[in-house]
Amino acid sequence: MTNGGSSTATDAVSASLARAREVGAGRDGLNILLYQDADGALAEAARHDTVSSTGPLAGVPVVIKDNIATLRMPTSCGSKILEGYVSPYEATAVTRLREAGAVVVAKSNMDEFAMGSSTENSAFGPARNPIAPDRVPGGSSGGSAGAVASGIVRIALGSETGGSVRQPAAFCGIVGVKPTYGRVSRYGLVAFASSLDHIGVFGATVDDAALGLETIAGHDANDATSVNRPVENFRAGRLSASPLKGVVVGKPVEYFPSDLDPKIAERCNTAIDELQRLGAEVREVSLPHTRLAIEVYYIVAPAEASSNLARFDGVRYGLRIEGDGLRGMYEATRSSGFGPEVTRRIILGTYVLSAGYYDAYYRKAMQVRQLISRDFANVFASGVDLLFTPTTPTTAFPLGAKSDPYEMYLSDIFTCTANLAGVPAMSQPIGRVDGLPVGGQFIAPHFHEAGMFRAAYALERALGPRASQ
Amino acid sequence: MSVSLDDVRHVALLARVGLTDERAAALVAELNTILQHMDVLSPVDTTGVELAPSDAAPTVLRADEGPAIPLARPRESFAPKMRDGFFLVPRLDTHEDAGGAS
Amino acid sequence: MTGAAWSEKYDLVVGLEVHVQLSTNTKLFCRCSTDFGAAPNANTCPVCLALPGTLPVLNATAVELAVAAALALECDVQPVSVFARKNYFYPDLPKGYQISQFDRPLALAGRVAVGTKPDGSTHSIGITRVHMEEDAGKSVHDRFPGASAVDLNRSGVPLIEIVSEPDIRTSAEADMYLRGLKEILEYTGVSDVSMEKGSLRVDANVSARLHGAPALGTKTEVKNVNSFSGVMRAIDVEFARQCALLDAGGTIQQQTMLWDADANEVRPARSKEGSHDYRYFPEPDLPPLVVSTDRIELIRISLPELPAARRDRYRRSHTDLTAYDVDVLTTARAIGDYFEALTAASGDAKTSANWLMGEVLASLKDTGGTVADFPVAPAALGELLSIVKDGTVSNSAAKKVFAIMVMDGGTPRAIAEREGLFKITDDSALLRWIDDVFRDHPDEAARFVDGERRLQGVLVGHVMKKSRGSADPKRVNQLLAARLGT
Repeated sequence: MTNGGSSTATDAVSASLARAREVGAGRDGLNILLYQDADGALAEAARHDTVSSTGPLAGVPVVIKDNIATLRMPTSCGSKILEGYVSPYEATAVTRLREAGAVVVAKSNMDEFAMGSSTENSAFGPARNPIAPDRVPGGSSGGSAGAVASGIVRIALGSETGGSVRQPAAFCGIVGVKPTYGRVSRYGLVAFASSLDHIGVFGATVDDAALGLETIAGHDANDATSVNRPVENFRAGRLSASPLKGVVVGKPVEYFPSDLDPKIAERCNTAIDELQRLGAEVREVSLPHTRLAIEVYYIVAPAEASSNLARFDGVRYGLRIEGDGLRGMYEATRSSGFGPEVTRRIILGTYVLSAGYYDAYYRKAMQVRQLISRDFANVFASGVDLLFTPTTPTTAFPLGAKSDPYEMYLSDIFTCTANLAGVPAMSQPIGRVDGLPVGGQFIAPHFHEAGMFRAAYALERALGPRASQ
Repeated sequence: MSVSLDDVRHVALLARVGLTDERAAALVAELNTILQHMDVLSPVDTTGVELAPSDAAPTVLRADEGPAIPLARPRESFAPKMRDGFFLVPRLDTHEDAGGAS
Repeated sequence: MTGAAWSEKYDLVVGLEVHVQLSTNTKLFCRCSTDFGAAPNANTCPVCLALPGTLPVLNATAVELAVAAALALECDVQPVSVFARKNYFYPDLPKGYQISQFDRPLALAGRVAVGTKPDGSTHSIGITRVHMEEDAGKSVHDRFPGASAVDLNRSGVPLIEIVSEPDIRTSAEADMYLRGLKEILEYTGVSDVSMEKGSLRVDANVSARLHGAPALGTKTEVKNVNSFSGVMRAIDVEFARQCALLDAGGTIQQQTMLWDADANEVRPARSKEGSHDYRYFPEPDLPPLVVSTDRIELIRISLPELPAARRDRYRRSHTDLTAYDVDVLTTARAIGDYFEALTAASGDAKTSANWLMGEVLASLKDTGGTVADFPVAPAALGELLSIVKDGTVSNSAAKKVFAIMVMDGGTPRAIAEREGLFKITDDSALLRWIDDVFRDHPDEAARFVDGERRLQGVLVGHVMKKSRGSADPKRVNQLLAARLGT
């Protein structure tokens, strides 16, 4: 594709590194990249040039979120507890990118352990939105989104548990896709909430995202939740004049509440008009349990997180602070190593799993989660092929604007449902409001990424420059 | 249900997170605010609803054979404290000192 | 007072939790070796070190073995079971949780026979459940000053936990249950059930109640028991402790007790602050374990004959064996297998049993080996027994041949020939020895010839000695008798 018009891998990687310097991607600038490996990346690019690599991503520079294990550069999850930790093994998704010829140039900033919606919760300082540097890039994968939005790379890996790829994609005006749960191996993705975690892909365009996802998708024997089924071609061929003829797009009423920002609603309606013009039939539908999604999410995710983060105990790797005996070491290490939001969620998650509260909170939330999944199943069984919604209720907000945790949690209101149900979803730019990008979201049935991408390609072409105006 | 300071202290112990008094008090308020929102779940009728979909794919099994996934760099390179191949931790007199062993 | 004395007044109620290591090549959730005795942390990988981002993948053989064990224990194997996380902090638990099974275990409702009731029916101890889980690592407290040392080689080794019903009423019954359990697990080949290697570990839930009291008393859990005899002693000691306390008007605290084998006493484990809240929840990294009915049936029909069935068969088909013989021959699957192969080769069950229980087990006791890797194949030993039976070699010569077979191998006939151990039945050779004996012992020979028949045995002895055991004593007797009155 897309190595920036350059003819060699070395040129492409050099251009990427130069662009990172130009936009000030480092800690004293946008703070979207935590670690850059210029020497390693250039050496790898030179190797590709020597052997004339022909992989689908030969010589393409990519950025990886700091919670995905790479053999070079730290994997610190935006946390002090893993500061300087370099993984002795590599995530499957990264291996697949590299085998396709991609060159990892940097690890990107993120909310600590992916807990956040603004990339302000990083132990290494907040990241800034390249479109509007006084605003957040969204989160938790804000660094990867910013790297694509600022033109450092065209493809970046992020992860999401409640919308951490789609929401920053929307805030930064790029494409972000979360596949079906099980489509991409989680092996090497540092767990936040295992049943909700996905590796996702950012692309400068729909095609970049499709290419990236196609490369990393597929069964992996190291992840028991990875699904063994063939990966379709996600990249569209030539689009016809009415590429969505016969496609039924559902417009779920719960995602268009009466208090939705009218300017965002208007952008969505423009996109929906385009979908109809492309041949789609648009139908109003209802997913009645959507209103409970945030509550379910903020019980299930912290519960699993409280258990997943128990391994950071100062014994085998990462930070260790000595204290009074073993317990003192545990408590000193973990209270120094985890930031306030992570601590809050560990405490919340431990509480909802603890004796006497499990049934009222965790068990209940998991049951309601099934009802949310059934909503999707019912709608898709009724003949609806895709859903279209706004990705977020607001555009990128200023740094420091949301101090109340619960208010911040509401940023995920339109995205966390797809994580709870495990269905694929993606966000793409559908215009701007007051100069800030607005994202439109497609949600598809399990394993229907190909159809979702087809609609995204068609909408992208139909909107043309309006997508970034 | 409302969360007390004792609850937060108890949970912090289970989670091995050290909390200052100030932080513990703040967490009481934060948890109560968050959990208040969670109360919308209690009236939902979930009779007969399982915790996981009944048609979920079963776990895959792997063959009982090596080789183990290799470590690209030695344990000593990432372990805070190692000696003679052991990970070292503050001395425990008995099995029970961690306050949480089974 | 001892436990036995207290039982005049109180009932003992015991349930046992037994952890058994499954005989797999690799760990439960990663491909690390389960070999015993590796250098510290040599058998660890990103998964069992719980490095950030790693995930468990279930070992197929561990599932097969666990299902086989459950079926051998007459359990109902559940078509769907669910792994759960048991959360607690300890340095030898790298993930901060143990992957186990909780509310949906692999198997339910089994039993182990421990004897026969007065009415002739089988007396069994019920099994509540069998579930799969991973082992923790090991903490060593006395190696380095001021520090404990953690070795994670065992971390992730596959275990099954077998939980009995509180059906056990005496420490002897606990011992019978454990022996029965061990036999069944050893027969099915699911485990090497070695307490020394830590592949079998026992915790005992013990309570006491007044005779006739309807409800169970408060129980304590006795841990740290490292031998079968330790289990019996620990139960008796804990029962006596509880009875004394109850008798003095005290109440039993539900708590964990540690068995101190050297001091022959139990003492309370230190209080575990907040530790009883394990926050179990379904393991999201592992979808449910589904074992199809077909698979269960296939494993069931592949089960070997179990000890009870084998004992019945031996009693029925080898009536010349004593009850003691049958018990010894069935204590381990390999012993019975050897016995059957030996009987097939020798054609004589009783002689086979005698040799196996005598010479073979004695030899193994000397070398510390096991029947399974005994150097003399049953077919070869069977041949030796056959040539004893047909008179080719004497019993005493056969023992010499056997010793050589154990040391150096070889077939019995070749050894007997090489060592000159065939019985000599050739009259000319025998007569030569008799003549020699008559010459060497003229007085006794004369008295014998004159009719003092009781000297015949003495003379036979001399001949046997001269022939170094190879003469056929029967024929020697005949030939001597012919000289009477000559």
